[in-house]
Amino acid sequence: MTTKHDDLRQLKDQSQYDFTTTYEYAHRSRKGIGADIVREISALKDEPPWMLDFRLRALDIFFKKPLPTWGPDLSSLDFEEFYYYLRPTKSKARSWDDVPEEIKDTFEKLGIPEAERKFLAGVETQLDSEAVYGSLKKEWESQGIIFVDMDTAVQEYPELVRAHIGRVVPIADNKFSALNSAFWSGGSFVYVPPGVQVDIPLQAYFRINSQSLGQFERTIIIADEGSSVHYIEGCTAPQYSTAALHTGVIEIFVEKGAHARYSTIQNWSRNVYNLVTQRAVVDADGSMEWVDANLGSGITMKYPAVILKGPRAHGEVLSIAFAGAGQHYDAGAKALHLAPHTTSIINSKSISKDTGRSGYRGLVKVAKGAYGVKSKVECDALLLDPGSRSDTYPYIDVHEDDVQIEHEASVSKINEEQLFYLMSRGLSAEQAAVMIVNGFLEPFIKELPMEYAVELNRLVALQMEGSVG
Amino acid sequence: MNTLEIRDLQVRVADEEETGILKGANLVIRAGEIHALMGPNGSGKSTLSYALMGHPRYVVTGGDILLNGESILGLAPDERARRGLFLAMQYPVAISGVTLYSFLRAAVSARRGYGQRAHESDGEHRRSPLIPGREFRQEVRAEMAKLEMDRTFLRRYLNEGFSGGEKKRAEILQLALLKPEFAILDETDSGLDIDALRIVAASVNRLQRELNMGLLIITHYQRILNYIHPDFVHIFYEGQIVKSDGAKLAKKLEAEGYDWVREQFV
Repeated sequence: MTTKHDDLRQLKDQSQYDFTTTYEYAHRSRKGIGADIVREISALKDEPPWMLDFRLRALDIFFKKPLPTWGPDLSSLDFEEFYYYLRPTKSKARSWDDVPEEIKDTFEKLGIPEAERKFLAGVETQLDSEAVYGSLKKEWESQGIIFVDMDTAVQEYPELVRAHIGRVVPIADNKFSALNSAFWSGGSFVYVPPGVQVDIPLQAYFRINSQSLGQFERTIIIADEGSSVHYIEGCTAPQYSTAALHTGVIEIFVEKGAHARYSTIQNWSRNVYNLVTQRAVVDADGSMEWVDANLGSGITMKYPAVILKGPRAHGEVLSIAFAGAGQHYDAGAKALHLAPHTTSIINSKSISKDTGRSGYRGLVKVAKGAYGVKSKVECDALLLDPGSRSDTYPYIDVHEDDVQIEHEASVSKINEEQLFYLMSRGLSAEQAAVMIVNGFLEPFIKELPMEYAVELNRLVALQMEGSVG
Repeated sequence: MNTLEIRDLQVRVADEEETGILKGANLVIRAGEIHALMGPNGSGKSTLSYALMGHPRYVVTGGDILLNGESILGLAPDERARRGLFLAMQYPVAISGVTLYSFLRAAVSARRGYGQRAHESDGEHRRSPLIPGREFRQEVRAEMAKLEMDRTFLRRYLNEGFSGGEKKRAEILQLALLKPEFAILDETDSGLDIDALRIVAASVNRLQRELNMGLLIITHYQRILNYIHPDFVHIFYEGQIVKSDGAKLAKKLEAEGYDWVREQFV
């Protein structure tokens, strides 16, 4: 059977060929996995003993945990084949000449300014907009907001980190959360004090440390009582990763009456396994929104979760996935209703083309005593050609009578009459298809900040290139 | 002189058993002429309009369609549109999530060659593939005012939740913005009340004069022809034109119905 996995393997091999010989690191651990590497990372970061202890426990659990037996085929994933700690040189990560043509071409098509391209490709580890970031940073600090990378947080706010890490996503949650807990590097730490409203979205790539976009990012966000914050991770430009394994863990704490939104636009290069655990716990009257767009990577497994633990807490998961050749998304959402009158909305949209495969896997659970719960799940899939595939696996587990749960699912194809209508007005087949697809995604796109919406539209157009003849 | 010529056109519908929906239709429309094509339901009028526009379900099995002397049979619908052919549809489809504004802007840009210009100019300073927003907004608002359409339509999704009459106005709005050389209006009067018909007809007449447009009005009833006066009326029956004459033929159909056509041409 020669399928997408072979393609994926080929891509991966090729990328390793391209990069490991030319890329220069300030530090790189040996290939493969082991306690020696965990100790090495912790020592290099000068971490307190409790952090090393956390990592070592996690490694132990990682070895004991089996791979998931459901979802995409991960049998070609060989943990000994990866590097678990790569620290780029400080000034210049790699030369522009080393960036693959494919990525440069994409930047070109996206019309990304030169300076930004270099940053995004990892050539520059610093944005030219540092001055802008600097003034924002001062304003945030004056309001008591903490927005630093996780390494800094461990050094400067050890008690806060220690009190929250592994609390929403336990080390032992799954094999990949354990892996991340052992080898995490980079990611953000955000704390918003009670009542503070952060007006401008906090964006991971404002931060100077390029490792925020790294391989095993670990992010903690705490929205204290009555505060509100929007965090945006990733960016629309393709992120070239030298490491083909990405397992992030995101933990969010939404305290009473607080509001948090976490937006991801994931566009990893297609050699990447993207296995992410992201979860939020929401207290009374709080609300959490995950907004999640997946366009890149080869295999993605990701199920943003909301744990609604306080009365009237609200959670939303809004996601889109666009699977092209060699891509398989197994994405979805989880809503756990643990308290009365909690509400959730899950809206998943997926597009598959060129044998791409995209699935929704979701869980809505209502615990005993959580009466008056309302939950609405809507999954829509659009298939662009006959070889593509979409699957839906909704799980509903209810232990209370007084609940309202709705589930709707639809699978559709690009409608010939719609294509003809648009083409009869002068739009090419491709423009017409892009327009229909963007229309399908519109309910999602309108939730994004303007500049991201524009970029996402362009990305969709790129993904659609050559898809209709 | 610009012409749209339909020459012995034979068409069948893909995936359907029945062969020969069009059985050799002939018609020449010159710039500035208004032709009415009338016929009973099922006579193949809409098939003709789809075939002219290049709908993939309608397969041409013989004959030709010439636009300004050149065959357009090998051209996709978008190429036909960009060359100046327009079809106001009987049943415009709805497209969710696509606003009327963004659709119109993309269509107008395509017709006026914006994408192409962007493609031809090189590298660094790529020109926008879209007509500038300000310029376009002014133009679209002016046309909407003439059709007595509320501006809020621009923010609505294309044909979604539009009433029958609103859809037809939106079709004529597209005609006004795309400024074709030849336009086919397929049952444009259906779904329009008398006031709306008057407004729509006034816009069509004005555009027809301004652009010296060739018009093919496909209709079952004579009503629209009270407002848009045809130079020629053709009776379409069983996939071909069986009789052509001046405007008085429409009056005869209105008075006597299609029965005599059936009797005469079976």
